[in-house]
Amino acid sequence: MRFSKRGAHVPHHKNTADMTPIRMDVPSQLLIPVSMHIGRPATPVVKPGDHVDVGTLICESSGPVSSPIYSAVSGTVKKLDNIRVSNGSFCQAVLIESDGQQTVDANIKPPVVTDYASFIEAVKNSGIVGLGGAGFPTAVKLDVKDTSRIQELVINAAECEPYITSDTRTMIDDAQDVVDAVKLFEQYLNVKKVLIGIEANKPEAIKKMQECFKDDSAVTVVTLPSVYPQGAEKVIIKNTTGKVVPAGKLPIDVGCVVCNVTTMASIARYIKTGMPLVEKYVTIDGSAIKKPGNYIIPVGMLISEIMERLEINPDEVGKVLYGGPMMGISVPELDSAPVLKNTNAITFMSEKDAVSPEATQCIHCGRCAENCPMHLTTFAIARAYAKNDAEELRRLRVDICCECGTCSFVCPANRPLVEVNKLSKGVVRDLIAKEKAKEAEKK
Amino acid sequence: MDKKLHISVSPHFHAKVTTQSIMLDVILALLPTTIAGVLIFGVRSLAVIAVSVGFSVLSEFVFNKLAKKPMTIQDLSAVVTGLLLALTLPVNIALWEVAIGAIFAIVVVKGFFGGIGQNFANPAITGRVFMLVAFGDVVSAKSFVGKGIVDTTASATPLANMATAPTSMIDLLLGTHAGAIGEVCTVALLLGFVYLLIKKVITFHTPVVFIAVVFLLTLLITKDVNTALAYSMSGGLFIGAIFMATDYATTPTRPWGKVIFAVGCAVITVLIRMYGNLPEGVSYAILLMNILTPYIDKWTEDKPFGGEA
Repeated sequence: MRFSKRGAHVPHHKNTADMTPIRMDVPSQLLIPVSMHIGRPATPVVKPGDHVDVGTLICESSGPVSSPIYSAVSGTVKKLDNIRVSNGSFCQAVLIESDGQQTVDANIKPPVVTDYASFIEAVKNSGIVGLGGAGFPTAVKLDVKDTSRIQELVINAAECEPYITSDTRTMIDDAQDVVDAVKLFEQYLNVKKVLIGIEANKPEAIKKMQECFKDDSAVTVVTLPSVYPQGAEKVIIKNTTGKVVPAGKLPIDVGCVVCNVTTMASIARYIKTGMPLVEKYVTIDGSAIKKPGNYIIPVGMLISEIMERLEINPDEVGKVLYGGPMMGISVPELDSAPVLKNTNAITFMSEKDAVSPEATQCIHCGRCAENCPMHLTTFAIARAYAKNDAEELRRLRVDICCECGTCSFVCPANRPLVEVNKLSKGVVRDLIAKEKAKEAEKK
Repeated sequence: MDKKLHISVSPHFHAKVTTQSIMLDVILALLPTTIAGVLIFGVRSLAVIAVSVGFSVLSEFVFNKLAKKPMTIQDLSAVVTGLLLALTLPVNIALWEVAIGAIFAIVVVKGFFGGIGQNFANPAITGRVFMLVAFGDVVSAKSFVGKGIVDTTASATPLANMATAPTSMIDLLLGTHAGAIGEVCTVALLLGFVYLLIKKVITFHTPVVFIAVVFLLTLLITKDVNTALAYSMSGGLFIGAIFMATDYATTPTRPWGKVIFAVGCAVITVLIRMYGNLPEGVSYAILLMNILTPYIDKWTEDKPFGGEA
């Protein structure tokens, strides 16, 4: 099969690939935003003064696309607050003070899973969302109703972002969980064919997975080229199954379910233990970090407290990212930025690297279009956006941009192309909304 | 913690290639043919190059100042334009004419259209064509005087000379014959081509297709391999195909677009050479195809991943 190799040769910086995650000491407090997933924010079920234990439900799922949230510490709910989150908007958050005891909730017990429905229910209750970074509620994705639609399960273990190695560690340290998860998927989702896509720069993880699945003929480990972004959903589907997801369609429309490897392992762990998703493997690295490492960090632990624990000097830090440097979201305030469910790394950039190079005029070199994994004519999108030409933006299919950052990365003029694409998507959405309104008026 | 953090939209990494580094690569790629030109035609060629580069950079500086635009001379694109213009001129050209050509290229062709990346026609070529029209015979490829290795007065270029005294293959490769300063030494130009390919500044499509099609068409029409080779290795075809028909702003971006562009350039070049009343046609061919570039770009646009054909 021919690999799609469009993308960029980004530096790997996998400094922490051979570091087993170390458990971080119990934090003094947790700040838990009610929205850590795509969909409706969860609804708090605790009030100030309530006692919680490890694994106690704090917020319940509020609709079909939502996800419950559990406490990672035992302690007392202090207050319900509004915090500013990284996208600039405000979000309700639960502040819990830890008692340091880490008492486990007495109600924690493995869920009873016997069939498809109870499996989906269990995933729903686990609080697991897309841990590769997307944060889409996993139960919603897996709930395909008719399991015969699933031809292939693609396990996304590409981990193509620079620095991050938390998926790598899941595959090496929690290989059994991955194996168990595959069995669960085979049993309850009737999956017949499994493809594990791993970038070539993780030889140890590839070897481990090959060993684990050498007796399961349904499973194939696919070594992907180390060209960013192999982990983009449509790219990994193409490079593992050969299938192309039509623009505007979902993977299931071509018979694929894509699931991040850590998400898989977390599902298996929940079904074995009943302990919902309350902590994460997080890679701490970046140009401002002297001693990079992998840590097991509770969801809700503040970045400021992590920095104190790891003795990271704030004066040497210029920019802090949820995730890696290609798609990572920059954190505005350290005091109100906790580890989220989908946080797989926190990248600390030095003051020197924090400032983006100044943008100069487009020289029409075409590198953005040449390297775009979605085959978009990015420079034409930028021109159409400058002219506010919504029709042209729609024709250029800016809607399928996966915001991987390749175009901006390769741009010799340092144009903010991803930013323009994001804004262009809004222009197209407005156009569609206007057309719909007109349509409705006619009727 | 009242630490002030930088905030920006992803990505937070950038490749090391910049506009300036690309332009520097082009300058480095032009060095072999520049050196060859100086050796072949003597030190006066240095004066032509200095005036052309100097006035290009100076006019960009002054234009940006007067137009209150951000300063762009540090991106080195004006140096590239000045150098390319000089390399397509004869060594004995009046220096004031060179200066005017450089000013025209930078101010009218580049500046008026919005500066780097916004111009639709190649500044160096348009500057040269402007000089052809304005100063007539001096620029045209008929009478080049050399005081370097080529110690000839008013010898004819291989193209003009084809019928009477064919130039030898060695002369064509080394460039020891009449011609513009930087267009004669085929070997030096090829060195630059290889460098640009290695540094991934350009792709092979345009130069290879352009030169190959000129060769094949000439062979088809003249039915003589030596003539076809001589036609391909002179008259500015190599410098045009490698350095001008690959200009980012004025040529297509996608591979098939480059192929169409190159075929168009080649056909027009041969038509002008064979049936027009000009001795060479590379400049005009590229200029004409520059105009078609936006359309070619549109025809050869990629199909979005998973999109309808």
